[in-house]
Amino acid sequence: MDATVPEIRISQPQTQSEADSIPPQTPAGALAQEQSAIRRHLLGRGNSAVADGIFKALMVLCALSIFAIVALIATELVQRSQLSWHAFGFKFFYKTYIDPTTGLPSYWDPVNNYFSALPFVYGTLVSSFLSLLFAVPLAIGVAVFLTEMCPGFLRGPLAFLTELLAAIPSIIYGLWAVFVLVPLLRVYVNPALVKAFGWSGLFKDDNPTGLGYFASGVILAVMILPIISSLTREVMTAVPHSQREAVLALGATRWEMIRMGVLRNARIGIVGAVILGLGRALGETMAVTMVIGNTPQISRSLLATGSSMASVIANEFTEAVSDMHLSALMEIGLALFIVTIIVNATARLLVWAVTRGAPATQR
Amino acid sequence: MPQEFQLRTRLRWLVDKTATSLAVLSTLLVIVPLAAIFVYLIIKGASSLNMDFFTKIPKPVGETGGGMANAIVGSVTLLGLASLIGVPIGIGGGVFLAEFGRGTKLANAVRFTADVLNGVPSIVMGLAAYALIVVPQHHFSAFAGGVALGIMMIPTICRTTEEMLLMVPHSVREAALGLGVPNWRSVLSITVKTASPGIITGCMLAFARVAGETAPLIFTALGNDFWSTSMNEPIAALPLQIWIYAQSPYDDWHRLAWAGSLVLIILIVLAVSLVRFVTSRGVLKGTS
Repeated sequence: MDATVPEIRISQPQTQSEADSIPPQTPAGALAQEQSAIRRHLLGRGNSAVADGIFKALMVLCALSIFAIVALIATELVQRSQLSWHAFGFKFFYKTYIDPTTGLPSYWDPVNNYFSALPFVYGTLVSSFLSLLFAVPLAIGVAVFLTEMCPGFLRGPLAFLTELLAAIPSIIYGLWAVFVLVPLLRVYVNPALVKAFGWSGLFKDDNPTGLGYFASGVILAVMILPIISSLTREVMTAVPHSQREAVLALGATRWEMIRMGVLRNARIGIVGAVILGLGRALGETMAVTMVIGNTPQISRSLLATGSSMASVIANEFTEAVSDMHLSALMEIGLALFIVTIIVNATARLLVWAVTRGAPATQR
Repeated sequence: MPQEFQLRTRLRWLVDKTATSLAVLSTLLVIVPLAAIFVYLIIKGASSLNMDFFTKIPKPVGETGGGMANAIVGSVTLLGLASLIGVPIGIGGGVFLAEFGRGTKLANAVRFTADVLNGVPSIVMGLAAYALIVVPQHHFSAFAGGVALGIMMIPTICRTTEEMLLMVPHSVREAALGLGVPNWRSVLSITVKTASPGIITGCMLAFARVAGETAPLIFTALGNDFWSTSMNEPIAALPLQIWIYAQSPYDDWHRLAWAGSLVLIILIVLAVSLVRFVTSRGVLKGTS
């Protein structure tokens, strides 16, 4: 990603140090200084200076617009969620209401006008956590295989496949999940899970549809796997070869070399890759909306249906009529925005810490 | 002592082989189902695709047949508008990062913000576009959808443009300056032009990515069952239509949804292969 090409420019400090070390009368030093003077002259010429200035200002404006976009999104979301923020405050994220007619706990009721995001926060956390549980070990295994063990002729196609899978839109994963994955889970996997782990209370046999947290965890894992594994691969290739050679020279087996020489050096970057995957999983909308079942409830069973923050927005926004309902959905969006920004910023910093200064990696 | 040593060596050998086979196993466990998904999508889509898909608009509920012509036109309209917004701003930002801001704090901040913006969920972009455009206008519109998609294109294009420009050797720039070409002219007609295959593929990649986005369109473009090309009205889009059809109980609509996803996948495969071709085979060969 961050392929940096070594600077070839004859830069100002370099010429100066060259001029210092070499006596000024030698042609090399004089030439270097003359070059930079010519360059300065050409860049500062009267006629094109105005045009150059305008051009540069335009480019800076384009770059600054990225800040403007983030600021605009933030202000709009804050503004539109004011109503719900003033009505519920911070309790919006954890309060449990009691349904007046049934006496059962209830969280989200547009008719009686009370809203609590708790079940959606819960659904998002459970499905993302499940997906990490499935995806992380597999992704690291794939990255280890691709960087350290894979025969050369396989590496290209496999890397290409991973890249391709990362680019498939979530709606298509969702479509596949609805028609292939969910029936599979319903018929084979869920009954087996209930039989094996039913005692723990985490797998209950009360949802015959196959939709729910577990299904969305699986499809999210499929979706974030390519992202985590390609980033892990990137940080692993950034580990210098001397590290591997040093460990091998001490008589280590290949696995010991990978563990001590590669994984240990790349661990910060790998954590970054995992967090980036988490960021994707948290905000993933369409595939989750299609398989999570969309019921605003909290249940201990992983096989039960639920709802996530993104899915409730996708599902209810166009049908919301009251201002409070819209505002509550906006507030969930704002929370999602803030959380993903924090998660992504952390992940980027971690990945940069490892790959910065490393030689350009091939994709 | 030798006995113990031998045991240890055996153990280490065993651990090594176990770890190796685990890595191979996990790769198989990942690649095989993923490849299966891919093949399944292609087979299912290919068997559902026909001429009607490209030429007819959706039939009313209960009638079989029909196609997604209006959704294809809608997607093209939306993507055209998105490119109009995303491509110039993205390329401009990339030019700034590579040509003017190298090593400065501002450039680092821009790069970082672009990466973070890239990770913001698309549904949040949709909410923002709704608040910015749909609310003041009082109706859903193609314009709002296009803006949401356009904003999503900016970070990707910006970063790939920067990467591609960094591959252009400095001697090229200096040659242009040495001939007395103004800086802006040298950037546009020398540097950007040299890197243009890479920049174009970067745009293609961003294009393919937003082509499949559904979440930001749900409450901006909304969808439409009829022909519409007006910027001011709700418009149909391929991914939106797939979503609506996937949720329906009719087999014929499911068939159309599969066909639609095949069209999207073909677009994406083309874009990704193109990017791979340009970055690895080296249209920019010798410059990196």
